Amino acid sequence: MTTPLAPASEDTGPVPTSQVELLRFTTAGSVDDGKSTLIGRLLHDTRSIFEDQLEQVEGVSRRRGTGELDLALLTDGLRDEREQRITIDVAYRYFATPKRRFIIADTPGHLQYTRNMVTGASTAQLAVILIDASRGILTQSRRHAFISTLLGISHLVVAVNKMDLVGYRREVFHSIQAEFRNFAQGLEGVRTLSFVPISALKGDHVVERSRRMDWHEGPTLLELLEIAEAGTRRDRGAFRFPVQSVIRPNANFRGYAGTVVSGSIAAGDQIVVLPSGETTAIHSIETADGPLESAEAGLAVVLTTHHELDISRGDLISHAQDPPPVGSRLAGDLCWMDREPLEPGRTYLLLHATRQIQVRVDRIVHRVEIDSLGHEEADTLGLNEIGRVELSTAAPFAFDLYRTNPATGSFVLVDLRTNQTAGAGMIRRRLDTVRRVSPGAVWQEAAVPQAARESRNGHLAAVLWLTGISGAGKSSIARDLERLLFRRGIQTALLDGDRLRHGLSGDLGFSDSDRAENLRRSGEVARILFDHGAIVLAAFISPRRADRERVRGLIPPERFFEVHVHAPLEVARARDPKGLYRREREGAVGSLPGSRGLWEPPTAPELLIDTTRATPAEAARSIVVRLEEAGILPPDSAQHPRREPS
Amino acid sequence: MTRRSRGHLAELENEAIWIIREVGAWFERPVILFSGGKDSIVLTWLARKAFHPAPIPFSLLHIDTGHNFPETIEFRDRFVRDLGLDLMVRFVQTSIDEGRVREEEGTNGSRNALQTVTLLDGLEELNADAALGGARRDEEKARAKERVFSHRNRFGQWDPRNQRPELWMLFNGRRQPGEHFRVFPLSNWTELDIWQYIQHQEIPVPALYLAHDREVVRRGGTLLARTEATGPWRPDDDVSVRRVRFRTVGDATCTGAFESDADTIEAIIRETGTARVTERGGRTDDRRSEAAMEDRKRAGYF
Repeated sequence: MTTPLAPASEDTGPVPTSQVELLRFTTAGSVDDGKSTLIGRLLHDTRSIFEDQLEQVEGVSRRRGTGELDLALLTDGLRDEREQRITIDVAYRYFATPKRRFIIADTPGHLQYTRNMVTGASTAQLAVILIDASRGILTQSRRHAFISTLLGISHLVVAVNKMDLVGYRREVFHSIQAEFRNFAQGLEGVRTLSFVPISALKGDHVVERSRRMDWHEGPTLLELLEIAEAGTRRDRGAFRFPVQSVIRPNANFRGYAGTVVSGSIAAGDQIVVLPSGETTAIHSIETADGPLESAEAGLAVVLTTHHELDISRGDLISHAQDPPPVGSRLAGDLCWMDREPLEPGRTYLLLHATRQIQVRVDRIVHRVEIDSLGHEEADTLGLNEIGRVELSTAAPFAFDLYRTNPATGSFVLVDLRTNQTAGAGMIRRRLDTVRRVSPGAVWQEAAVPQAARESRNGHLAAVLWLTGISGAGKSSIARDLERLLFRRGIQTALLDGDRLRHGLSGDLGFSDSDRAENLRRSGEVARILFDHGAIVLAAFISPRRADRERVRGLIPPERFFEVHVHAPLEVARARDPKGLYRREREGAVGSLPGSRGLWEPPTAPELLIDTTRATPAEAARSIVVRLEEAGILPPDSAQHPRREPS
Repeated sequence: MTRRSRGHLAELENEAIWIIREVGAWFERPVILFSGGKDSIVLTWLARKAFHPAPIPFSLLHIDTGHNFPETIEFRDRFVRDLGLDLMVRFVQTSIDEGRVREEEGTNGSRNALQTVTLLDGLEELNADAALGGARRDEEKARAKERVFSHRNRFGQWDPRNQRPELWMLFNGRRQPGEHFRVFPLSNWTELDIWQYIQHQEIPVPALYLAHDREVVRRGGTLLARTEATGPWRPDDDVSVRRVRFRTVGDATCTGAFESDADTIEAIIRETGTARVTERGGRTDDRRSEAAMEDRKRAGYF
């Protein structure tokens, strides 16, 4: 043993309390990065290891003659792993501190087990990426970060391990930190990125602060885990309830068992059952502990309805005013997990929430070349490969996009011959769907497909959503940008908040619900213009994150650019181009977002423009460059797009 | 009516109910493996919640080693009666009498491993396509890697290197005829969670879990209680009366008692929160080799 047993808190060990939050995180790293040792260290130093387990490990360590206590033995559970000294399968570990309960999904690092990484990441809220300080950032470190964000994990903690092997030198840590930060800019959806230098073997900065690295003033790894934002993923968003089964104990009771996977529901709410589209209202919310007035995300309940409808397992219940799209064609990212490669055209079984439906992969849009994260053409996906695919199901079903709702935006594919779980997918866009359907409305496919328009236009369609407080410079930039694009022969459309309020949204005011409705209409208009091949420039204050996310959900992710046009409030007030701030002071208008009213700045915009540093014309040019880099626009000199529309 | 859970216990409860309801939907004849121990008690409690107001649509199966504490059996029968459930009992003794298994010999002989044959025979007899168990991943290293829906081939065996990936809350229960699944809704619970939940929900448990005075003998580092199964004391036995309790209440020949003053659930929670020995550490059958549990699981053990 290299360090004494170090209690996490006081001598009595973790205090049992049932009020602690639960954080699920995944650990990833390359072979020999010391993952198992790190987890052993966390368990050991939080006193989550029992004496008999420790004795067993001490005995084995002694017999092997490794000299030191091999903490990896605590977690390597299967005999094959102990013999090969590597982790071959995802294992779940549990520990608690007085602040929180933790579930670790410990996933192996080598190439052939990417599927286990994906599995572990699917239920995690945070990922710990382990990097060996003596070897630096490897391809596999990048791959793990990529897979984590692909699966929607927005909190990354980079633990630079084996600092003992590099003499605990801060330059080593700082250079890895800088390199990783640079790489992470290319990852989508990272909300927090933290770094900590550690030695899992010696116990530095894992649980205990280390004197050997007193130059590091940030939190230890455990402290980072204790303070990380957790458990918020599914609370947001629209109400979704996949029906698990019908509960019918007698002729007088008929209820629908399931779990509220997102949003919340109350007795009396109007609901729609999908895919049938029938509507009714919630009569009661039943549990074994008595009826509830309302139920929030996470709760397992039984719903009863006012009217008896033909509801069964596999149906999805939502609020009548906020239903998910229904469709049978979709595009998604698919991780292949079976030894037998994916066969496009063959029938698989798709498991989605509680629904099973036959499905076919129509085409592979691209395969992710996982070392460079570039895209390549492919006819199939093999074990541990990831790609964008297009699917057709045998019947329409209701789903969400993964980024707005992982529970109703994820699926697995089952091989019908072997019953193996062959692939795991995340829905990225629908290809043929109708959203909110007016009664009796029938969806008409566009006579001219978007791709044909794009091909003639010579550029791809996209939506640029400019958000920012009044006076930040949104409209000026949008107008300059449109002129610039028009001169290049680009098909554009400009949507401006003020102009829309003179017509389409002339009936709306500035309350929260009116703002939300205004943005819903604007988003739908943007979507139509987008479908017609345009680059849509939309300039709206859009103060609420949820409203912006809803618009984002309408457009394929690689075609949507949230542009945060930023100016400090005092600058915007000084500019006051429409005199709104003056009128706010005089009480002539209500609270302005960012001033006295609510303003939720974007957490991960595709572009951030500081208008105290760039003129509108400069900002417009930088946006054009970004569109060229993203392949939306051809390079200035060329006449045609660089890649086929996808 | 019981009390509504909060915090991480509520999250674990909701997760378990989701899993139990998935079992109800995927399988035709599921059984709950019910031993009368705290984990299977909590599991059954959750199954009742999952289908309320309908009754639990599963039957209960107990594999009886014949080496029980009488208190466990008495409790088992009362619990099942109070909840109005159906319990089937299959006996290891029957398997021995039929020559399906041979009893281990010697003073440390245990029937724990023999249960596997009786269990597989029982599942086949009942034509069960799923068996729900109260096992938790924190109990043992091999269990930490087992799926919630754990596939078993025609011979009831587990293949740890060929497990189906489990993602999100999507479980794949598809099977060929003759295959079945073990399902573990309490996978993510720890021993402490179980006790906190028992306390919060005021779930009855066998009195053996609480500290009491008892005549015990020290054998191979373990305190064993005197029961019919352990047989009469031997002359060289180190016999004494001590204040003890049990952390598991299974086979009396291999379930160790340990000295404790925890005579309320609250005291158990305090003790568990600071416990220095795993709960299976009192079981001599797990300690035979480092891979003891994995070997038994591959063969079809619980």
